[in-house]
Amino acid sequence: MAIFLPLSAMVFFSFMTELPLSGKPWAFTLGNYAAFFSQSLYLTLLLASLRLGLEVTLWCVVIGYPAAYVLAKVLKGRSREAIFLLVILPFWSNGLVRIFSWAMVLREGGILDTALNAVLPFKINIDLMYSYPAVIIGLVHSYVPYMVLTCYLTLQAIDDSLIEAGRSLGASRLQVLKRVIIPLSMPGLVAGAALIFVPVVGSFMEPRILGGRTGTFYGTVIEDQFVAVFNWPLGAALSFILLAVVLVILAVASPVLRRAA
Amino acid sequence: MAGVQVSDVSRSFGAHKALDDVSIDFADGGFYALLGPSGSGKTTLLRQIAGFDFPDSGRITIGGESVERVPVEKRRIGMVFQNYALFPNMSVADNVAFGLSVRGEARAIIATEVQRALDLVQLGKLGGRRPHQLSGGQRQRVALARAIVTKPRVLLLDEPLGALDKALRVDMQIELKRIQREIGITTIFVTHDQEEALTMSDRIGILRDGRLVQEGPPEEIYNRPKSEFAATFLGDANLFRGDTTGDGIRLPDGTAIAAGAGAKLAAGAKASCAVRPERIRIATDAGAPDGTANMLKGQVSKRIFAGNNSTYFVERGGQTLKVIVQNTGVDRLAEGQEVVLRWSPESTVLIAAG
Ligand SMILES: Nc1ncnc2c1ncn2[C@@H]1O[C@H](COP(=O)(O)OP(=O)(O)O)[C@@H](O)[C@H]1O
Ligand SMILES: [Mg+2]
Repeated sequence: MAIFLPLSAMVFFSFMTELPLSGKPWAFTLGNYAAFFSQSLYLTLLLASLRLGLEVTLWCVVIGYPAAYVLAKVLKGRSREAIFLLVILPFWSNGLVRIFSWAMVLREGGILDTALNAVLPFKINIDLMYSYPAVIIGLVHSYVPYMVLTCYLTLQAIDDSLIEAGRSLGASRLQVLKRVIIPLSMPGLVAGAALIFVPVVGSFMEPRILGGRTGTFYGTVIEDQFVAVFNWPLGAALSFILLAVVLVILAVASPVLRRAA
Repeated sequence: MAGVQVSDVSRSFGAHKALDDVSIDFADGGFYALLGPSGSGKTTLLRQIAGFDFPDSGRITIGGESVERVPVEKRRIGMVFQNYALFPNMSVADNVAFGLSVRGEARAIIATEVQRALDLVQLGKLGGRRPHQLSGGQRQRVALARAIVTKPRVLLLDEPLGALDKALRVDMQIELKRIQREIGITTIFVTHDQEEALTMSDRIGILRDGRLVQEGPPEEIYNRPKSEFAATFLGDANLFRGDTTGDGIRLPDGTAIAAGAGAKLAAGAKASCAVRPERIRIATDAGAPDGTANMLKGQVSKRIFAGNNSTYFVERGGQTLKVIVQNTGVDRLAEGQEVVLRWSPESTVLIAAG
């Protein structure tokens, strides 16, 4: 109950015209929820955020699953521990430090630009800063450890003899991957996807810092309501709409994914 | 179907020689047991044949063709793992169908073949179950059905019955043997259970520390062990150590033991004689003297009753000898009793020392 208490307060606020803390008179209203539907901007931003969540999740699968596979099935002993630490390290580092370090890498005259120009014989201009790709890169970097960890745990639980059994029955490595390993690691993929998709859809730090003007998403609008506009009731209502949408998506997706496995 | 030839195969892990120059000819359609203590290299040898691991040197052929560059999935082998290795995400029928399905067989063919394989292992009705809903013995049968449904050239089994309890194991031994005869597949069966090796196989290879110690039909190895290790690992044996006299040995106390079988050794060398416990007759008196029989006097220290037979432990010159006699109900000997042991030279195998 205690866990839900602050959140319940937010539910309460989302139905108010004003914050009771401000001293102004307040009343109950559905207006905050209606606001979402009255302006197409909110829906547009929500769709953009969902797309962002989907893209980041996909990139995390593309990068995280093979990494988890290598960690669980290829590397042994010391080298496994070392690589594991490298994967976890960004996870432990402060979010702002992580994001600003990307800003240094991605901006014009930054680390990536300088390094590429030092290696390549022709001059290119790399300025990814304040762009959609920069937001994707920052978010994938922040969230890929979740995918690596959840997939690593399920992959590690798959007995090597299952892989060998598959091969002895005439299956190529690829067929074993498709028919045995991926189905058996589905729980890890689903858990990782859920852990990544949900917070990414509501993310605001990476879009704001790395995205600049292109970085306006549903999450940044919610953040604005809380820290800039001080319209907490609207911010709360927008968050709960997001929560509802995300829950519906998860409810629809999980049986489909389970059947696929 | 095909035979398998392993020639001069060695495989090391670091400084450890898991296989040391092993050569075995596995005959087409034969049932071959690889027997040895834990860590002797049995699994390693099986993995070289399967193609999961590759020898440092030596050659392996299946059906006369070298498999050096042939990956596992192209070797057309069937393998049964000790832990069964059934796919937990598939039904029993899908597990059995796997090999046919990755090959791209037609659905109708797969269905008939899977049913036939499941019927063969007497699990015809359980195709819809998941592996975790089966007992250990049933999983074992599914693993076997899955391995043979693709009609492999060779069936490799790594201690397949090791995880089953005794009664189930004996059932499965009979079953496995029946199935193997029915389809006539070349079978290589790894076990550390000597009884299993003796009762099931046409030939046995005994491994120790990565080396092939002895190889041959079960009766030959049992009756003519070539080393103390083979004598004691396959069955029970009483060993006497002394100096060779050419056709036997002389014990340190001067007693002569005549051997009618085994190695031909030059007189004077160190050697052993092995005698199986059931070949020794035990009596309270020497009876009529018999010029050819080996004879020793001793004292019964213990008797273990085992239903149809009894094992007597007889102390003699600081050595404990084992004698097994059928329980006929008349000749029971008490502990502490002085006895005379007699056995023929034909039951005595001369073994070079070392
Ligand atoms: N992949 C491996 N890496 C290192 N040592 C191994 C490996 N596989 C087997 N060995 C060693 O080789 C020896 C033989 O092992 P194994 O063939 O599994 O024996 P068995 O099956 O007869 O019990 C053992 O000492 C084992 O530790
Ligand atoms: Mg083994």
